[in-house]
Amino acid sequence: MLIFERGAPGRVNAPQMPRPPAPPGDIPPALLRRAPPALPEVSELQVVRHYTRLSQRNFAIDTHFYPLGSCTMKYNPRAAHVAALLPGFANRHPLAPESTGQGLLACLFELQEMLKDVTGMRAVSLTPMAGAQGEFAGVAMIRAYHVARNDLERDEILIPKAAHGTNPATAAMCGYRVREIDVRADGDIDLAALDAAIGPKTAGLMLTNPSTLGVFDRHIEDIAQRVHAAGGLLYYDGANLNAILGQVKPGDMGFDVVHLNLHKTFATPHGGGGPGAGPVGVGERLLPFLPVPMVGESGGRYYWITEKTRPQSIGRLSAFAGNVGVLLRAYVYARLVGREGMARIAQYAALNANYLLGRLSRLGFEPAYPGRRAAHEFLLTLKGLKEDTGVTALDVAKRLLDKGYHAPTIYFPLMVPECLLIEPTETESRDEIDGFVAAMAEVLAEAKTTPELLKSAPHTLPVCRVDEVRAARELDLAWRAHPTKA
Amino acid sequence: MPFIPHTAAETAAMLEAIGARSVDELFDEIPARLRSGPLAGVPEALTEHEIGRLMRERAAADGEFLTFVGAGAYEHHIPAAVWEIAGRGEFYTAYTPYQAEASQGTLQLLYEFQTMIAGLVGLDCANASLYDGASALAEAVLMAVRLHGRSRRVLIPETVHPLYRKVVQTIVSAQSITIDLVPMNAAGTTDAGGLARGLEGAAGLVIPQPNFLGCLEDVHAMTASARRAGALAIGLVNPVACALLAPPGEWGPGCDIAVGEGQPLGAPLSSGGPYFGFMACRREHVRQMPGRIVGRTVDVAGQEAYTLTLQAREQHIRRSRATSNICTNQGLLVTAATVHMALLGPEGLRRVAAASHANTAALRARLEAIPGVRAAFPDTPFFHEVVLRLPVPVPEVLRALEAQGILGGCALGEFYPALTDSLLVCATETKTETDIAHYAHHLERIVSKRRLDPPCAYKDDNPRSP
Repeated sequence: MLIFERGAPGRVNAPQMPRPPAPPGDIPPALLRRAPPALPEVSELQVVRHYTRLSQRNFAIDTHFYPLGSCTMKYNPRAAHVAALLPGFANRHPLAPESTGQGLLACLFELQEMLKDVTGMRAVSLTPMAGAQGEFAGVAMIRAYHVARNDLERDEILIPKAAHGTNPATAAMCGYRVREIDVRADGDIDLAALDAAIGPKTAGLMLTNPSTLGVFDRHIEDIAQRVHAAGGLLYYDGANLNAILGQVKPGDMGFDVVHLNLHKTFATPHGGGGPGAGPVGVGERLLPFLPVPMVGESGGRYYWITEKTRPQSIGRLSAFAGNVGVLLRAYVYARLVGREGMARIAQYAALNANYLLGRLSRLGFEPAYPGRRAAHEFLLTLKGLKEDTGVTALDVAKRLLDKGYHAPTIYFPLMVPECLLIEPTETESRDEIDGFVAAMAEVLAEAKTTPELLKSAPHTLPVCRVDEVRAARELDLAWRAHPTKA
Repeated sequence: MPFIPHTAAETAAMLEAIGARSVDELFDEIPARLRSGPLAGVPEALTEHEIGRLMRERAAADGEFLTFVGAGAYEHHIPAAVWEIAGRGEFYTAYTPYQAEASQGTLQLLYEFQTMIAGLVGLDCANASLYDGASALAEAVLMAVRLHGRSRRVLIPETVHPLYRKVVQTIVSAQSITIDLVPMNAAGTTDAGGLARGLEGAAGLVIPQPNFLGCLEDVHAMTASARRAGALAIGLVNPVACALLAPPGEWGPGCDIAVGEGQPLGAPLSSGGPYFGFMACRREHVRQMPGRIVGRTVDVAGQEAYTLTLQAREQHIRRSRATSNICTNQGLLVTAATVHMALLGPEGLRRVAAASHANTAALRARLEAIPGVRAAFPDTPFFHEVVLRLPVPVPEVLRALEAQGILGGCALGEFYPALTDSLLVCATETKTETDIAHYAHHLERIVSKRRLDPPCAYKDDNPRSP
């Protein structure tokens, strides 16, 4: 039942209402609203009960193991949430003067400094509001760099076929054409294909390393050397930074610009789809182009760095300073984890991933890149299983939900048929991983004996398999008051 | 080990199962010369108690102020239940609802959110949100250009938030889209003549209501002008104002797209974020709308169910031909906003809007009574912000007010050279008569003192009573 269906006309929540104000007689009637908006009229208890019940129809990290490849669904420490909502932070207006934000700015400045070290970059701007906006900032800086050098012929960005969809979408938003680069059977980039594509038109290369195939590209130095030799720059998609935190720095691999997903690597909550934060770090060549605002420090005082002192900046990406509350959570997490803890994150993410890969391989699941180390995640392909039983990756995913595990990422990367991308993260215990292995074993057995059970899964969730085709064909995007039929 | 549960015995057993001698061996595909040493720039770990104390000290140092600043972020009462619900782990720590069957809670909530936003702005459908108001405006500009198909020029009035205009410039500039500024008239609204001249051949027109200066634009005429010129009308609105003012769907012939900053619906000010942007449009435009969209459908058993839909627009399917690179909706903020709107209801939200208007009117009347202080646009209707011209330098006044625990407003000189002597002030429903009187008292004292002799410091003998 929808919240709108629980209401009754005229029901109000008196404690949430200001006292009746004078009617706005000074506003011309033509500019006033004629009929009230169709919002629900429900009691506070009805609201609390309705949304509490809705929350119980969700899987979440707090309730379920979430081996969702490339999404780094690790535990979100509550200390970070509590700190970000302290009144001094939560109630501070974005345009309040610097003098009233020294505590906040100190946190942000120190976060910039830590992220510089972790990425091996010269400077960091925290302002991008999500990974995709960080990508946008990164590619926009690459563009600004070439334009500033009057090197205007470069109109192509190279992207490996396995990349996240945001990479090509971002390149297009920045006005670039995309050239896709093949990946070899062992998961590394095809250097011959790279050589064939690279040239005077190359503005840059966008790369995730370890890649979305779950392996570390062993030729990264060669790749960087070739892109730089052609006059291009290297963009590091930080989606998988959790795999290498404290082990190897993107700057040392030769990257010129990096974005991080703080909602992955720095354990800020996903919140059902956001907010994220996508800080960008750059090397020497891109320093002047960083998005503003950033935080500076001078003699123990912190201040905003704006376009006034950064005339070549690509500009602003949000009205104010980005998702400050998310940045505070990431700061708290970084301080709780500390120097040695950072390196341990990658170690135990890798330990869990390789352990899980080994156990699933022994059960008979087929690794897409056998013989390779898993980084913090790995790819299985169910191509063989589908040929034998007709069961697809989607069916396996849905059946796992029945067994109390969130599904891995499925059908990504697009180039590997019937794939599952599995990332356990470092915060899961061996027992939890063993439980998942047992569930996978059951699913595999069921696929061979009772494939129908998988094809009709899930069976134990609030709803059975959802008809997505109908959702797209008979669009219903808003309740009654404004129904939409395409 | 922070947030890592492994015991030494478990680690050893897992390594043995892998066939590795050490954890370090798991990194043997990384060229050895690239491996980094210790992270010198990251301090040693703190305990939760230690970081809690540090954060409390820093938050307390930032103080608590009586805030009369608006300018795109507004202090409103947030019911206690809002963040109690949004902070529940089942919402707080859930991922994007790609697995519909395991995400019906978030999906139904988003469907309800879309319904509420569509109703609030008077359009057919809304998406599940974008990053913030400014970036939502940029996405609306890109959407209008896609829908128009022939022109790559969009008009934005000078009365649109100056920081929004900067964000739009950053985001659309690489796609050879031209933004033309429509000048402001002496009434603090968009100049009709300038608008008429600019509209010919434009793909879209942004129409702010209220505008950045708090003034109400002639939205019916502007929307009609856009329609006549074949340009898409993009309403840029405050969602709280929509409960009181005519919504974009009812402006003249009706806007095509409406966007805005969702912060006034339950998000704390939090120095600028996280907030959320909302976007709604007419049904015929929905396939060009960026961002996630939830649809209602059924499951195989015929039960009502919800799922993400129209995903063929999005980056994970369409890659370089997607409507946008965005793959976020501000889910947590939208959760808060949905609970917030449900708790307030239509009458509560309207009353918040009307009370904010009334308080701002009262504030303006009190401040205008101070010798030398006058309204910059005295005859223009306003929502919950007004521009005041001051007889003494604005930055000095703001510093003096800050010393009294008051954030007095937004200095406009940085954004509008003609308004260097002006201050944008806001009094939402959170301000009492006492607060307003307190502000007026100090402003009067500062202005009169400063007019007599230039001071070095202001300090009140009678600190503000609560």
